[in-house]
Amino acid sequence: MSAPTASAHAPSPSVHAVKAWWQAAPFALVFLLFFLIPLALVAMVSLWNFNEYELIPAVTLRNYLSLFEGCSQLTDNGDLCVTLNTYLSTFKFCLLVWGITLLVGFSVAYFLAFHVRSPGMQTALFVLCTVPFWTSNVIRMISWVPLLGRNGLVNQMLTGLDLVDQPVEWLLFSNFSVVLAFVHLYTMFMIVPIFNSMMRIDRSLLEAASDAGASGWQTLWNVVVPLSRTGILIGSIFVITIVMGDFVTIGVMGGQQIASIGKIIQVQTSYLQFPLAAANAVILLAVVLMIIWGLTRLVDIRKEL
Amino acid sequence: MTDPIDSSAGLQRRTLLQGTAGILATGIAPFVHAQEKIVLRYLGTAVNQDKAIAEKFKADTGIEIQYVAVTTDDVTKRAVTAPNSFDLIDTEFFSLKKIVPTGNLKGIDTRKIKNADKITTLFTKGEVAGKAVGDQGTAPKKVIYLEGEKSKKFATAPTQFMSLIPTVYNADTLGIRPDLIKRPIGSWAELLNPEFKGKAAILNIPSIGIMDAAMVVEAKGIHKYADKGNMTKAEIDLTIKTLIEAKKAGQFRALWKDFNESVNLMASGEVVIQSMWSPAVTAVRTKGIACNFQPLKEGYRAWAAGFGLPATLSGKKLDGAYEFINWFLDGWAGAYLNRQGYYSAVLDTAKAKMEAYEWAYWMEGKPASQDIKSPNGDLLAKAGAVRDGGSYEQRMGGIACWNAVMDENEYMVRKWNEFVAA
Repeated sequence: MSAPTASAHAPSPSVHAVKAWWQAAPFALVFLLFFLIPLALVAMVSLWNFNEYELIPAVTLRNYLSLFEGCSQLTDNGDLCVTLNTYLSTFKFCLLVWGITLLVGFSVAYFLAFHVRSPGMQTALFVLCTVPFWTSNVIRMISWVPLLGRNGLVNQMLTGLDLVDQPVEWLLFSNFSVVLAFVHLYTMFMIVPIFNSMMRIDRSLLEAASDAGASGWQTLWNVVVPLSRTGILIGSIFVITIVMGDFVTIGVMGGQQIASIGKIIQVQTSYLQFPLAAANAVILLAVVLMIIWGLTRLVDIRKEL
Repeated sequence: MTDPIDSSAGLQRRTLLQGTAGILATGIAPFVHAQEKIVLRYLGTAVNQDKAIAEKFKADTGIEIQYVAVTTDDVTKRAVTAPNSFDLIDTEFFSLKKIVPTGNLKGIDTRKIKNADKITTLFTKGEVAGKAVGDQGTAPKKVIYLEGEKSKKFATAPTQFMSLIPTVYNADTLGIRPDLIKRPIGSWAELLNPEFKGKAAILNIPSIGIMDAAMVVEAKGIHKYADKGNMTKAEIDLTIKTLIEAKKAGQFRALWKDFNESVNLMASGEVVIQSMWSPAVTAVRTKGIACNFQPLKEGYRAWAAGFGLPATLSGKKLDGAYEFINWFLDGWAGAYLNRQGYYSAVLDTAKAKMEAYEWAYWMEGKPASQDIKSPNGDLLAKAGAVRDGGSYEQRMGGIACWNAVMDENEYMVRKWNEFVAA
């Protein structure tokens, strides 16, 4: 900008560099202000001491130590310590939800991308998938309660048809209802990126596969799946990070009886135990980053995009 | 609607007149409201923030109340971290142990509170009708007085400055569905009775939930606490262990944290016995579903909320806040709250604003001589019904402990998370 004459004809490399910096600056600033600085604050507070009503800025490892206190042995009830137990239960949900949303999301995306021929229909069906997102998360979740409850619609139907004598209890406030709600809420995050990468697949590849005598399954497994893996990976990252941090869904659908790391952090912040919550958050962040790092080892997103 | 400018001017003139009338009525120095409209930001939980109260106050004085509704925990959090974000706080007495040491609250000058000496002795002396009630936990009498206006310490004897002016209070017990249980319930121990396996619920606010659990532990004769509101680590371990064993045996259908959650659990029949709040029981009943706020032989776990002033409040807003507190104790609000099943802090003034039959039902434990209705007009009890727990003296006299914050709070929260994770 400062040297328009130079840039008009033969821009020198230094002007290029300055321009690039200027272009990157707004986003870098946003990134710094709303991500890096808060993150650094969280990391800092996680090392602070505290009491009932104030934070004491003195570096201590107490918060991290108390998180893992008692983790070297089982508790009196034969459980793992809270932290490990909670991570285990969170991982369990993560894996289940990831598996199911992947399966459902992939099927829906496959149907949209390869079976629906007209682009108009494709758009219409795609919009249909987003309809549930027009209401709030919590409302979508809570609407399950009257359906699955002890005296809910499903149980009324089951007892009405004489399929069961007693109402089925595990439908609500159970692992089942939590997974169900997660799948209901987050399958969309799988569908969108997988659909996106499927639409980029060159259709002639499928014809070539068919010409070469590949069966439908072989085409799917050897052509479609490998070429959709960017979408699968991006979807997986969405689902995994959401489930790892969630406390609302697990709380509402699990009857507040199922632990999640997010829930523990929430309880701690509501009791003004910010340093403990910060330490928990730092560990959660590290765990999630490790998972994402592992996933990106499988697919090189930069190259694929 | 035809001429908005005219109508708003009319409104101003009217509220102004009412404002002056209100000031004259409260009998404190007249403040001039003509120059600016006062808006008080009222921080508290949704339960106490009734639209009718704000409307009536505005009609009486011209001062606007702007409700900021958050959860119990968040009230404390905001008081500690953002004391400038409100002009009036409505919080529970047990939170004071966290808020007062920060110096974010200003002592309330009782000389400016007209009815200060009429506040029930439950708060000032810990007595009901001359009889001492249980003071385990954070009993209000332990934290209600400050050493001075700017003090960060509680006074041991009455002083001129109060930390909170009490507004509403009650004594909690178990709520039950008599139509589904079909037998009398008389003890806290029933909460963990295997008979109600998969049909019980407990409060998931750790500091309150653990007190309910402690009531059960004592009722079952497992342990006798020196102070349920301030347990030792060993006592916390024992209490949580009892809860975990029950949870593993499938005793709990759900835990609840929110007023509406408890209402839904009970109304839908997911749960037939749970720790519950009195207005939540009322809410279930107004749906036409039988629900008892069951008196139990071990007594009640009491709670009390009150108004506090942020230390930075001054000038017109401060005067407005005092005016609101004075108005609140003046009877209309008290009667309104009494009709919801709460208790008001100044009983005489509330009595004056209630019908004799209402007073007899709500406060004296007598059978209703005619149908009892909520302030919204919903039918709460038919003629002839008696209030659960009987009279004010029976109910508040039966307090076993108060909601509290323990010295070992951090450890307790950690153990509570263990219970949730088990």
